[in-house]
Amino acid sequence: MLFKILTKDGFEQLVDGILESNEVIGPKRVATGANGKPIHQYLPVTSFGELDLDYETTEFPAKTYFLPYRETLSTFHFDEADWTQEIRYRIQPRAIVGLHACDINGLLKLDKVFGRDAFPSPYYLSRRRNTLVVGIDHMPCEGGFCQSVDAHVVSHGFDLFLTDLGDRYFVSIGSDRGFDLVGKVENREVSEDDTHAYLAVRRRISDAFKTHVRTQNLPTLLDLEFDSPVWKRWGDKCLSCGSCAMACPTCYCYGVNEEVSMDFTVGTKVKQLHSCNLVDFAMVAGDHNFRPSRESRLKYRYYHQHRGFAEAYDEPKCVGCNRCGRVCLAGINPPEVIADLHEEDRA
Amino acid sequence: MSTELHRYDITQESDFLQPRDFNRKTLLQHVDQVFRAQITNIIDLTSEEKLFHVRLVKDHQRERFTFLPGQFVMLEVPGYGEIPISISSAPTNKGYLELCIRKVGRVTSVLHKARRGALVGIRGPFGTSFPMEKMRDHSVLLIAGGLGLAPLRAPIFHVTENRTNYDQVHIIYGTRTPDQLLFDYQYEQWRRINGVNLSIIVEQPDEAWTGEVGLITKLIDDLDFDPANTYAIVCGPPVMFKFVCNQLSTKGVPMHRMFVSLERRMHCGMGKCCRCNIGSTYTCVDGPVFDYWSVMNLKEAI
Repeated sequence: MLFKILTKDGFEQLVDGILESNEVIGPKRVATGANGKPIHQYLPVTSFGELDLDYETTEFPAKTYFLPYRETLSTFHFDEADWTQEIRYRIQPRAIVGLHACDINGLLKLDKVFGRDAFPSPYYLSRRRNTLVVGIDHMPCEGGFCQSVDAHVVSHGFDLFLTDLGDRYFVSIGSDRGFDLVGKVENREVSEDDTHAYLAVRRRISDAFKTHVRTQNLPTLLDLEFDSPVWKRWGDKCLSCGSCAMACPTCYCYGVNEEVSMDFTVGTKVKQLHSCNLVDFAMVAGDHNFRPSRESRLKYRYYHQHRGFAEAYDEPKCVGCNRCGRVCLAGINPPEVIADLHEEDRA
Repeated sequence: MSTELHRYDITQESDFLQPRDFNRKTLLQHVDQVFRAQITNIIDLTSEEKLFHVRLVKDHQRERFTFLPGQFVMLEVPGYGEIPISISSAPTNKGYLELCIRKVGRVTSVLHKARRGALVGIRGPFGTSFPMEKMRDHSVLLIAGGLGLAPLRAPIFHVTENRTNYDQVHIIYGTRTPDQLLFDYQYEQWRRINGVNLSIIVEQPDEAWTGEVGLITKLIDDLDFDPANTYAIVCGPPVMFKFVCNQLSTKGVPMHRMFVSLERRMHCGMGKCCRCNIGSTYTCVDGPVFDYWSVMNLKEAI
């Protein structure tokens, strides 16, 4: 990895340059929450000043720019008894500025599902490769347990990654296009002092985590506790609303439906993100439901996060952002659910 | 200073210029583009099931299309939806695919109203297959319950077309009632093949029924075979394959030599949408064919 130092003005110039001819998405303050804290979301900005790079977290992840909540997969044009199928991929480039390490790790996990091995998705890859990703370091957010799932640091999956050293940014460069961008504004080489300052910030972040989740041996524990009463306890609270999956930076499951225009000339095949907690997730024709109970669906989500994905990719799907925990009206959150499972283990 | 970000067009990748081939899973291709296909023939099987002959329209696509027994396709009815259907025909048949479809939901209901000549879409083949090569020189039990004969028909064709490769072959089939028996016009043909033993049983006979009565496990009880030299393929509802596999296991057939085909609703067929997940295993990519040991390890499979 190559590293450079940018002044804060230099970085502003860099973003302004992108803004002149491209869409830029970033953390924008949108409201104040009931707890008095500002609420941020990743939204399009029109000027550098709209970006609030000092944000704690966002309610929703940036996944919608890679896996839209709703996306047309293809269009059928009907002509009498015949039809043709049309497919388009999004190819407009844009930049996302200010993603935290957890969200970039989330993208890396989505890359594994949608970009590699079996059936790489052109829809996803087209969006991913047309998106410039600029990340930034930050102090742990409240309730975040990314450190427990190794998602508080990120070494690839971005074009640029900033670490704030007070009056300047320490910039990790993850791609040639990132390198070219840095070259367009005033920059300098990293000095020994910069390196020390950078490592000190990294240490300060690492030492500041308050929420920890025991993930050791979790896949096996989940198998052992498949019939545990823990699932009933938490399942009874679950509203089956699916908010956790919408707020999750890595939940990617979806449903496909087809719609026909009023004049019967066009049919669209639409993909819409789903949630395994919604009642119809495992419903099949003939009205049989493989997961009719709330506890079975909630349990399934935890299995996918911490067992199934781990089995397939040697790492959990969860990045520890705790957005699901924050958004849950029933107060269901991974640190407590997983702690409960460990308790059950000792009981 | 203005910076124009590079516009990346994925369709210009060299992979995209190659012909679509779902057997090449790692190829970057139009994974949602269907092969245009025509329903060339419709055969009534029972009051609920029909057999559709589906022919890929383009010659070169039809030539390239290959599959293995046990694999499935996603069948698209434009404007209505797409459903996973196991392939019921012989892999050697290059002319058309045979798809046995029960009228049970939205897409299958409209298919049952379809006329000969209708254009549908096919994506695939997808999923794992029965390891017919591994079974060579062994005896083979081909066991189906109800609609399970649909996915079993491809391995039946394979075994009967390559009869010298296998030792004893037993086809065992059971349904609830006689009028649910699928492909009844083929039984006589299978029976006449040298060294193929077909037995059929129904749970609830009607007045005309003269055959065996009872559960399918009864036929296996009476079966004379060498468990140490036998592979089994068991297709049917979970409650059926669970009993059959446990029975075969007791008789000494190793669990890794018994294969079942699982069914779930799928929205993609490509290991993405998660709708077919059992526990956390994709039925579409890791299955639908699993050995029984794997099924025992899948939470919520049975």
